[in-house]
Amino acid sequence: MKNKYSIFSLIKNAFSYHENWQRAWRDPEPKKTYDAVIVGGGGHGLATAYYLAKEHNLKNIAVVEKGWIGGGNTGRNTTIIRSNYLWDASAAMYDHALKLWEGLSQELNYNVMFSQRGVMNLAHNLHDVRELKRRTHANRLNGIDCEWLSTEEVKKFCSIINCSPDIRYPVLGSTLQRRAGTARHDAVAWGYARGADSMGVDIIQNCEVKGIKRKGDSVEGIETTKGFIKTSKIGIVAAGHSSVLANMAGIKLPLESKPLQALVSEPIKPIIDTVVMSNAVHAYVSQSDKGELVIGAGTDAYISYTQKGTHEVVEGTLKAILELYPIFSRLRMLRQWGGVVDICPDASPIISKTSIKGLYFNCGWGTGGFKATPGSGNLFAHTIAKDEPHKLNAAFNINRFVSGDLVDEHGAAAVAH
Amino acid sequence: MSNNFRLDSGGEINRTERISFKFNGKTLFGYKGDTLASALLANGIHLVARSFKYHRPRGFLGSGSEEPNAIVQLHKDKAKTEPNIRATQIEIFQGLEARSQNCWPSVNFDISEINNFFSPILPAGFYYKTFMWPAKLWEKYEYFIRKSAGLGISPTKRDPDLYDHKYYHCEVLIIGSGPAGLTAAMIAAKSGKKVLLVDEKPEHGGSLVGANSEVTNIDNKRPKEWIQKTYSELVKIKNIKVLNRTSVAAYHNYNYLIMMQNLTDHLNENDKKNKIRQRLWKVRAKKVILATGSIERPMIFDCNDRPGIMLSSAVRKYLNHYGVKCGNSVVIFSNNDDAYETALSLHGKGIKIKAIIDIRQESQGDLVNKCISLGIKILWKHTVVKAEGHKKINAAIVMKLSNDNNSVVGNKIKITCDLLCVSGGYTPAVHLFTQSGGKLAFDEKKFYFYPYKTSLDQLSVGACAGIFNLKKIVHDTYIKVNTFLKTNIKNETVVADYKSGGFENIWLLPSNKISGKVKSFVDFQNDATANDIKLALREGFKSIEHVKRYTTTGMATDQGKIANMHALGIISDISKTKMGELGTTTFRPPFTPLTFGALVGRNVKQFFDITRETPMHYWHKDNGAKFEDVGQWKRAWYYPMNNENMYKAVQRESKAARECAGILDASTLGKIDIQGVDASEFLNRVYTNAWSKLGIGKCRYGLMLNEDGMVYDDGVTTRLGENHYIMTTTTGGAATVMSKLEDYLQTEWPELKVFLTSVTDHFATVSVCGPHSRKILEKVVKNINFEDQKFPHMSFNEGIIDNIKCRVMRISFTGELSYEINIQANYGKAVWEKCMEAGKEFNITPYGTEAMHLLRAEKGFVIVGQETDGTVTPGDLQMDWIVSKKKYDFIGKRSLYRSDTMKEGRKQMVGLLTKDPNEILEEGSQIVAEIKKSPPMVMLGHVTSSYYSPNLKKSIALAVIKNGKNLKGKKLYIPMKNKVIEVIVSDAVFWDKEGSRLNA
Amino acid sequence: MFIIKCPYCGERDHSEFSYGGEAHIVRPKQPTELSDDQWAEYLFMRKNIKGLQYERWNHAHGCRQWFNVGRDTSNDKIHFVYKMGESPPK
Repeated sequence: MKNKYSIFSLIKNAFSYHENWQRAWRDPEPKKTYDAVIVGGGGHGLATAYYLAKEHNLKNIAVVEKGWIGGGNTGRNTTIIRSNYLWDASAAMYDHALKLWEGLSQELNYNVMFSQRGVMNLAHNLHDVRELKRRTHANRLNGIDCEWLSTEEVKKFCSIINCSPDIRYPVLGSTLQRRAGTARHDAVAWGYARGADSMGVDIIQNCEVKGIKRKGDSVEGIETTKGFIKTSKIGIVAAGHSSVLANMAGIKLPLESKPLQALVSEPIKPIIDTVVMSNAVHAYVSQSDKGELVIGAGTDAYISYTQKGTHEVVEGTLKAILELYPIFSRLRMLRQWGGVVDICPDASPIISKTSIKGLYFNCGWGTGGFKATPGSGNLFAHTIAKDEPHKLNAAFNINRFVSGDLVDEHGAAAVAH
Repeated sequence: MSNNFRLDSGGEINRTERISFKFNGKTLFGYKGDTLASALLANGIHLVARSFKYHRPRGFLGSGSEEPNAIVQLHKDKAKTEPNIRATQIEIFQGLEARSQNCWPSVNFDISEINNFFSPILPAGFYYKTFMWPAKLWEKYEYFIRKSAGLGISPTKRDPDLYDHKYYHCEVLIIGSGPAGLTAAMIAAKSGKKVLLVDEKPEHGGSLVGANSEVTNIDNKRPKEWIQKTYSELVKIKNIKVLNRTSVAAYHNYNYLIMMQNLTDHLNENDKKNKIRQRLWKVRAKKVILATGSIERPMIFDCNDRPGIMLSSAVRKYLNHYGVKCGNSVVIFSNNDDAYETALSLHGKGIKIKAIIDIRQESQGDLVNKCISLGIKILWKHTVVKAEGHKKINAAIVMKLSNDNNSVVGNKIKITCDLLCVSGGYTPAVHLFTQSGGKLAFDEKKFYFYPYKTSLDQLSVGACAGIFNLKKIVHDTYIKVNTFLKTNIKNETVVADYKSGGFENIWLLPSNKISGKVKSFVDFQNDATANDIKLALREGFKSIEHVKRYTTTGMATDQGKIANMHALGIISDISKTKMGELGTTTFRPPFTPLTFGALVGRNVKQFFDITRETPMHYWHKDNGAKFEDVGQWKRAWYYPMNNENMYKAVQRESKAARECAGILDASTLGKIDIQGVDASEFLNRVYTNAWSKLGIGKCRYGLMLNEDGMVYDDGVTTRLGENHYIMTTTTGGAATVMSKLEDYLQTEWPELKVFLTSVTDHFATVSVCGPHSRKILEKVVKNINFEDQKFPHMSFNEGIIDNIKCRVMRISFTGELSYEINIQANYGKAVWEKCMEAGKEFNITPYGTEAMHLLRAEKGFVIVGQETDGTVTPGDLQMDWIVSKKKYDFIGKRSLYRSDTMKEGRKQMVGLLTKDPNEILEEGSQIVAEIKKSPPMVMLGHVTSSYYSPNLKKSIALAVIKNGKNLKGKKLYIPMKNKVIEVIVSDAVFWDKEGSRLNA
Repeated sequence: MFIIKCPYCGERDHSEFSYGGEAHIVRPKQPTELSDDQWAEYLFMRKNIKGLQYERWNHAHGCRQWFNVGRDTSNDKIHFVYKMGESPPK
């Protein structure tokens, strides 16, 4: 059992100069056999292992990670959390995640700094207004909090947004989801890792999967850089690299992996107390607790696994930022980086069984997977344990690309961040 | 306070130009050529900042872009204030105002320093372990955490300055104008290649700036003379461009680099006026030579962050370049010979050196021997275990190192001082090299990472390649650059050489105290200590990236320039892993932070995005039109008259269009000219309906699908000739339809002989509709017989207006008799005015997009993008009639036969009538069959278009509803936030179902 | 960031081009003959290769011609370009 974290444990440990803290997670060598192996030690993968252990009574589980946990998109995103999606299936799934976020720090005994500071989605033309109102109404009837703000209300809620009618694309209104917000991305991975580890899950870092062994239509195990691991259930949660693993198993996925960039400013005192997203001019911004403005740029159009996008994308985003916040012009970009996101044609994820028995995929989160982390793990764990989807992820099966029953979140002006 | 730390002579400052500036409200002065840092130091000011977490007093560590401590807020003005500016990089100018940030009430007495007292319970990552109870209070905790975090403050008004972008191509880009960079530039320039040499500093010379001229000698010249001579020779060569104050921010693939040139920040307010502040350079270089130098390392010991503890090279530069002594009573703490050059410089200026503490056993270097001969006291094999003093160092506590360097032995020696120069050796500045994708290797003897492998046409020379000896730098640069550029320029430089002793490295110096009690800072700005790193490792954060993120080491505004090496070293020591195996964290762009303003350049305000205006735009504007943004287009939305509101204007316009005549600017619709013998076959493949039998001079409406079967675009296409069509697309779809068609044509159907030309901007389109439209057209257009039989609905004729040919289509989006005149764009406004004039007697009324939408909704015509959202098939629009069953194939056909697209009960487009005819539905509102007291409720669909119809005198709406086509007459509900609206499902066509008006 | 050598115009900055996805996915000549699975394979399923990928680019702000590129998606290095209808160099 792990020692509990609290202000008292901090004080107690201060007397021994913090030399007696336990490891947050072990560093085991892989066993020969596991009941289930999760490939990918990001937030989603670690959450999957956590819920498999906690809710499905599977104890002999490993998470294998080719680098270090939380080092992929978990540690590279702009940490926006919201559930105001248009379609019923998306709204239900993301709100399931949001509800888990609301108790996550206490659940994990790890402060993931979930900050419900609200997320705004700005409208800049009549089409935006129509689509965002459509979403607001749909959210309300789905029991998800969502408000429509007029331009005056936008100004009142976030005074630094340029609400002048004279700008190129004036702000015509906004949605606001107050329960939405941000969280500390690294802490999510670390918190789930610590939680999973304390229930006996083996978290194996620097262990790259080199092959997926099949026997007929079932999986037998994985070849890794640390040897062969036998298992009858493989859950793949390898954002960005899902297709690489799918190719190992001999299947194709409807995915394209593209560079997505983000950047932060130097830290400044609090200036923006909410998250503002704008699809039409493509800019979204929030401020981290440390004080950095966290700004998300878009994806490049081409496939790339380089974790580097083009300069033009960053420039385009900052252009939009200055259009909406001309006061930020003298602030400076401190750091920019890229991640690799795999994107489904309908901008919705896949949490699904596959044609191969025992092989499950959780992928296609595109640019917006972070917000779903607890829900995604929770539902994927269910899917793996029961070999059938939970009703909340039933719509996100791979077969939808055959039947045509897509969950298309593009058309609905829902930026998928 | 006067400049009492300024030497009486020496330095490169201009002593005739005295500059006054303010710091923390106090007026001080310095000289032209000073940085804020050198000017403050000249005034004896060390305490300038407070650290991020513990609010510890901080002074100056370095003298350039690596400075982690001395960051200040610049300017008072709300529009121009700037946070987090490194005092070491700002050149002072008359009127400069700076103040300390992140402290209250003042930098001298900062309340938040209480954090330092609580620091025992605030180790790395403490926030992950607490603030969880009670859960509800987190937002409150967070409020205080946010308030105490952050550094400076943001401006709160729009930036008045201008920024600019420049594209530049060169054959050789050289980054850094130190000895290696200048040498490389000379070779490259002499070779005749187009060369660009840049340096981030105001002055050229790199490490030679501030070098001790008694020791350093090149071509029998003092360093500054050699720099001047080389520079003046260089700028005489035509094919080289030299930039100072230009920092390379990012080095991308394919030798694409982003640089920022500072143009006015160093000028007086008056000289800044009307000038561009900063310029972003986007450089494509055939070859890149990195000569980015190195960064001196500090030493890691207890309280190594005190003001008055400075890098040895910085102290030397302040002394020799700025004529400033950083202290009067100096201790030097070193592990290499370079610090002895500083000692000699200080000694030469008559500054008292109390002792040199050297962790090495000995050194036989020439500089060391010189110091010994001058009688400077050296304590070999000793270390500083603690710096005493609070707001300023007042003593160094020194002890002897044990034989294995793992502990200290003997008695503490207290040496009072007001300046401690530290030198932990040099780290090659490989940031840009790694950004470019280069791989590093670690030299286990010299304790640094050096450039190992690159796939680009690139070269590293000088200190950034791990060469620190001046003679070797010049020699090696000649050899490497000659090979790199395939030149053969001879090295004639004579460099005075001297013997150097070795270098010994201890990442974390041992202490006499138990390690838990020691505060040895690794990341100064973020207050990350060696203990924090140890804690992270203890808790299982093994990867360097984990340690960095957990402790925030290397994440301050200096991006780890100072901290990273020691962090890695400490991890390596503790985890017993070789440095080379640990790897480094990724150096991400930019090298030094750069303003958003520079990155955005001129693309602000009206230049944020292109504005497209139709040829008639200014008529609309002059006549009071309100505009709507549709993509980049400005479209006339409605034309209010006599203070009408939008509703009234739209009602009036819509009524007039049906009762007399209306005129619409339809120029924004996409227009594609299609020619070729296979044009008809091509249309057959891209539209859902059949085109082969369309007669010449006839028009047809077409629906285009995506390959997934969903409606993609629509519009009317006219057959102008046997092999000639003109297609119209939606305004928003113009560009994407064009590329899509071109794509199919070139890649899937190259056998089709078809040629596509986008002609959207070539034509102005004036649409005149209403019962009087024929009469108006007859007055305006010659050469056309407008009789119904001669010119029936859905046909085309060519006419003449004032000797100018025009195309007239009789097509209608309003359901009224309607004509579209297409004429060469530059005549658009004239034709529009002509129609207005001709229509005066019929009360012709200009109507905007809103009335147009209303009129077509009365007719149940869809707007792609409003009734559709990428999930709607033709069948869903109840437009099965337009989908040819006979055609073998067209884009999207196969997708219509999938299980889901064929499913019964999909969402289908219908009309809605409200129970109360005056109740106007909100577009986007959701429709249910059954009202529940509270959500969730099962939604059937949503309202896509909704208006009050002035012609029907009731509210009408279009909607897509599950199984809509079987629900006609059924009562449904729209639950709004505070009421429920009752609606009846109706036919989607509300007006003139027979179409008699069209054919009138 | 990269420079693409348009087979018609020569070397140009990538920003002049638009990307068209994996190359050599031929639109089926007889879509109606395909099963839903086969059609989905054409429509949505992609190799999404990490490594050398044959892909389509269009010189959108230039000659508007489509052509093929062999690019390594793991480092963005372009190995070759070839015209539509040609097979990739071996």
